[in-house]
Amino acid sequence: MTVLKRIILLGLVIGVILPMIPLFVWAFSGSWFYPSLLPQSLSLRSWSYVFHPGSRILEALFNSFFIAASVTILSLIVGVPAGKAIGMYRFKGKTIVEIILLSPALIPSMTVTMGMQVLFIRYGLSETLMGVILVHLIPTIPYMTVSMSAVFSHFDISFEEQARSLGAKSLSTFRHVTLPAVFPGMVVGAMFSFLISWGQYVLTLMVGGGRIVTLPLLLYSFAVSGDNSLVGALSLVFIIPSLVILVLSSRFLTGESSGMGGFGGV
Amino acid sequence: MNRNTAAWLLTAPALIPVLILFFGGFGLGILQSFSFFPLIGLDTPNFSAYTEVLAEDELLLSLVLTLLVSLSATFLTIALAVTAALALRSAERGRRGILFLFQFPITVPHVIIALGALLLLSQSGFAARLTAFFGIISDSTDFPVLVNDRLGLGIIYVYLWKQIPFIGIIALSVLQSMGNDYEELARSLGAKQSQVLFHVILPLMRPALLPGSVLCFAFTFGSYEVPFLLGRSYPSMLPVLVYRYFTNFNLVQRPLAMALAVLITLFLLVTVILYKKFLGGRNRL
Repeated sequence: MTVLKRIILLGLVIGVILPMIPLFVWAFSGSWFYPSLLPQSLSLRSWSYVFHPGSRILEALFNSFFIAASVTILSLIVGVPAGKAIGMYRFKGKTIVEIILLSPALIPSMTVTMGMQVLFIRYGLSETLMGVILVHLIPTIPYMTVSMSAVFSHFDISFEEQARSLGAKSLSTFRHVTLPAVFPGMVVGAMFSFLISWGQYVLTLMVGGGRIVTLPLLLYSFAVSGDNSLVGALSLVFIIPSLVILVLSSRFLTGESSGMGGFGGV
Repeated sequence: MNRNTAAWLLTAPALIPVLILFFGGFGLGILQSFSFFPLIGLDTPNFSAYTEVLAEDELLLSLVLTLLVSLSATFLTIALAVTAALALRSAERGRRGILFLFQFPITVPHVIIALGALLLLSQSGFAARLTAFFGIISDSTDFPVLVNDRLGLGIIYVYLWKQIPFIGIIALSVLQSMGNDYEELARSLGAKQSQVLFHVILPLMRPALLPGSVLCFAFTFGSYEVPFLLGRSYPSMLPVLVYRYFTNFNLVQRPLAMALAVLITLFLLVTVILYKKFLGGRNRL
């Protein structure tokens, strides 16, 4: 049994790392012809392109970050109250509210955005950052709502009442009582929101019309043109926020934390 | 203010954008699928887009491929995620490190891992180089076609890489909250290891794994990014087919894209409802 367990864990480690290896090696390769296991020459060519002011990568990096950060903040603003209502209260029409808020996770956003595109063009949202932020927001709402309703469903409202009866103002009740209790859900919800937006390709392309350049758009165009070194380098740049987010949110992403608990009970 | 009003007010900021953008977009898509699209001069609603889409040769092949990929990705995800969670639960040495590594795919965007899979699994990729290095294959064409292949193997691989940790963490949290009592009880009554797994652990985990597996199925069925990079051009998966109609230079093709989008959505809704009906139990989805 323990041998089997070791094999499974080893397989897991290798399975996760293996597809990252070629990206990493290509990022620093000059030429790397088949069937050589190691590159023939190393080069920083793709990196000097990445940091060259003339490339659109810095612009794309800024756009991607600005869009994902805005989406995350908006998602928190709309998702935290909704999660509170769903997690803590029983009310008329609750099932309908849940179905509405969860449906963007089940119905592909792409098919809906196709219908929306006409509206976006008419109201001048097409090819704008605002338009891209709005379409990215939609698929994040279910994940934020689920994470938040899970933590709120474990939250005891009497804590708030006790704090208030001891003389705490509503702001300090929120800061010292409610916020610490629901923080794991906010971290997980924010993480999903940021990453859904950060990795988005087709929605950005449809609404941004190629005008709003983000990292995934550049990555796809390099991939289609077959420049593996550039694909590797840009992938590593692209993955930095993932690593930062993972380090920051790792402890909320485990089985012990209630942050992920909601996805078991959707 | 009564509780109903308060609850609705709390949910309103989330409901409004979803209703306007998501359901509004869906409604407009339905109108356009009936060739009602005054902006480009289509102003008499009809069914022609549906009849044309349904007559398309590629549609059936595309549906079969899409189902094959999304069903096998979902079932394999669950099986492997449960296996991983069981192994992780009792791991002692290096547990934190392995757990951290296990969480890593959750944060990596699909685009990255699709490109990683392309560079790993293509016939001149890293895996082919490794097998050539160990003398298993002599020519790159000996290496099996794993990306842009007929069965969507590369696509399935990417979804597994992304989803196993997601479902695995959920499974792990169920395992931890349920503790060892049930298993020990079953064992003390003489149950074998396999009986404990199939009659105790899995049934207890099932309710928590169902919603996640619905999410996985819906996602793999309807997303574009991965099959666009790792799929074949004919037949392509449904989302790629829809996007091809959508971006056709001829705007008259738009209703076809919308009709197919509506059909995909209906198919997913019916699947989710049936799934819930037959397997769902007390879960809400």
